[in-house]
Amino acid sequence: MNQPVVAASGITHSFGSGANRSTVLHDISLEVRAGEVLMLMGPSGSGKTTLLNIIGCLLQPTEGTVRLHGQAVHQLNIEKLAALRLQHFGFVFQSHNLFPVLTATENVMVALDLLGVKRSIAHERARELLALVGLGHRLDNYPAQLSIGQKQRVAIARALAADPPILMADEPTASLDSETGLKAIEFFRMLAHHQHRAVVIVTHDPRIFHFADRVVHIEDGRIGKHEIVTHEPASLTMGDA
Amino acid sequence: MSSVNSLGQLTEGVRRPTTAAHGQSGLTLLIAWRNLVHDRVRFAVTLVGIAFSTVLMGIQLGMLLNFMHTTSTIVDHANADLWIAVQGVRSVDLATPIEERRRFQALSVPGVAAAESMLLQFGSWKRNNGVRELVLNIGVEPFAEMGLVPDMVPDVDIHDALSVPNGVIIDRLYADKLGVHSLGQTVEINDHRARVVGFTNGIRTFTQAPYVFTTLKNARHFTNRSENDITYVLIRVKDGFSKEEVARELKRRMPDVDVLNTDEFSFKSRWYWLFTTGAGITLVSSSLLALMVGVVIVAQTLYASTLDRLPEYAVVRAMGGPSSYLYKIVIKQAIIGGVIGGVVGITIVLVLAYISRDSSSPPQVPFWLASSIGIVTILMCICASLVSLKKVMSIDPVKVFR
Repeated sequence: MNQPVVAASGITHSFGSGANRSTVLHDISLEVRAGEVLMLMGPSGSGKTTLLNIIGCLLQPTEGTVRLHGQAVHQLNIEKLAALRLQHFGFVFQSHNLFPVLTATENVMVALDLLGVKRSIAHERARELLALVGLGHRLDNYPAQLSIGQKQRVAIARALAADPPILMADEPTASLDSETGLKAIEFFRMLAHHQHRAVVIVTHDPRIFHFADRVVHIEDGRIGKHEIVTHEPASLTMGDA
Repeated sequence: MSSVNSLGQLTEGVRRPTTAAHGQSGLTLLIAWRNLVHDRVRFAVTLVGIAFSTVLMGIQLGMLLNFMHTTSTIVDHANADLWIAVQGVRSVDLATPIEERRRFQALSVPGVAAAESMLLQFGSWKRNNGVRELVLNIGVEPFAEMGLVPDMVPDVDIHDALSVPNGVIIDRLYADKLGVHSLGQTVEINDHRARVVGFTNGIRTFTQAPYVFTTLKNARHFTNRSENDITYVLIRVKDGFSKEEVARELKRRMPDVDVLNTDEFSFKSRWYWLFTTGAGITLVSSSLLALMVGVVIVAQTLYASTLDRLPEYAVVRAMGGPSSYLYKIVIKQAIIGGVIGGVVGITIVLVLAYISRDSSSPPQVPFWLASSIGIVTILMCICASLVSLKKVMSIDPVKVFR
């Protein structure tokens, strides 16, 4: 078994203070490994997004430790955590949050610009990545000119632009129709299996359960059930939606 | 459609550099520009606000500069090194007479190359139609080397012009005001006949009492002053002598008068009119007000634009982008607005200054002032972005996953 890229241990997290203090995660331990799709499932308010934020180095846990490639990161300051995210994580957000004033290519280039990649190289790579996700014909379109599915693929290309070893996606199928949603999830699975990336997906969509290698059910801030899923290797590509 | 198997090759060249020098590709400038022009109406309002602020600043400061120059123009153009005046003199236009013996006393001081008398006295100029105008008579020696204005139109020798009996010289800017239509025209000053024998070029007065250059004798005659009355002794210091030393010696020998060098007297005259009266303060405060108006307009526009982009900015932070990346976007927005609005504003100021160049008090906008206003406009816009920067600082990247 390969070493975990992210290992969270004894994670407890609370919001507020005093009488308003609310604990949303209770003593959670979890490992994320390269080459696997890990799904965090659970109903709204179960704490899965908070857990994603913590293992994605976006949020410091109230208690517990987070290790990234074996290095403790749970006590780093905000800017150091940001630098870690830049180096190790790619994020796909539910609402995509593309810059409406930038074309699809330019939106992907932002991720490369953050890394200091030269503009000409960034431009070329962005176009290649967009072609990879099936948007080679939409390179110069603005988000307003794209469908929701296409926007999400721009967001995926942006997440992949910096070649991150860990991909994190929050409800990636929530705003997509069934067919497009399934294609997106299959694509994530391929990224894990073919590229040996760790993919963590937060969802409460039962349709995509079968694409996970592991499913962790979060209930009331605790791990309720931990499943290993077996399935055939993925072989699809992302098509138009 | 591409195969996912090509992803490894694809991303091979995008391996991150060991040190991330982010934002070097000019993308932040592109985002800043697109953020601004995305809402064209808002952008137009912003530019109008910045340009308005710049025009207001430019005109007020141009007027202030003109005001400063006109308050000391006689001193600045006199070509003298030192001035002897009544004790406590506050401005070149407001001195009371001293005795002419001061000139002879000055001539006896080592280092004094020349000492010439000058008389400044207000008088009443009567136009041919009977209307009277207040003028300031300036009388100098017939062959004076100091206290005269060299720039005459047409190009005649000022001494030749003043040799005409009862001859006076006025500035052509005030010819209409004084009812003068041609050289040789006869007028009255304090009911004494005078003849216009020349025009100076661009010697403005801030008191709206035009300067009338004439001989010392004529000036005394026009203003009913005695043969002994003068207002100033203008001193030229010999080569090899220090102006400060000569001034000290003059002061030592004449402790009951003021001895000022040209720079001191010029500054004193400007200071008096700028700050003792309310005129200068009004212009300065108007300029500051214009600056504040600009800050408010730019600040609210930038803030609104920043609020519109908060979700995207939060994503940049979540992706690991440093705060400085977002600061660059906001500050570049401010600078773009400042540059475009500033250029428009300064152009308007220069056009207005050009159109009003022949008026009695046109704004003076030299290159250094136009450049300074441009820089202040950009700084103003950057300051206005502070509110937005504070908002950007408070962005919580966690919110994008909620």
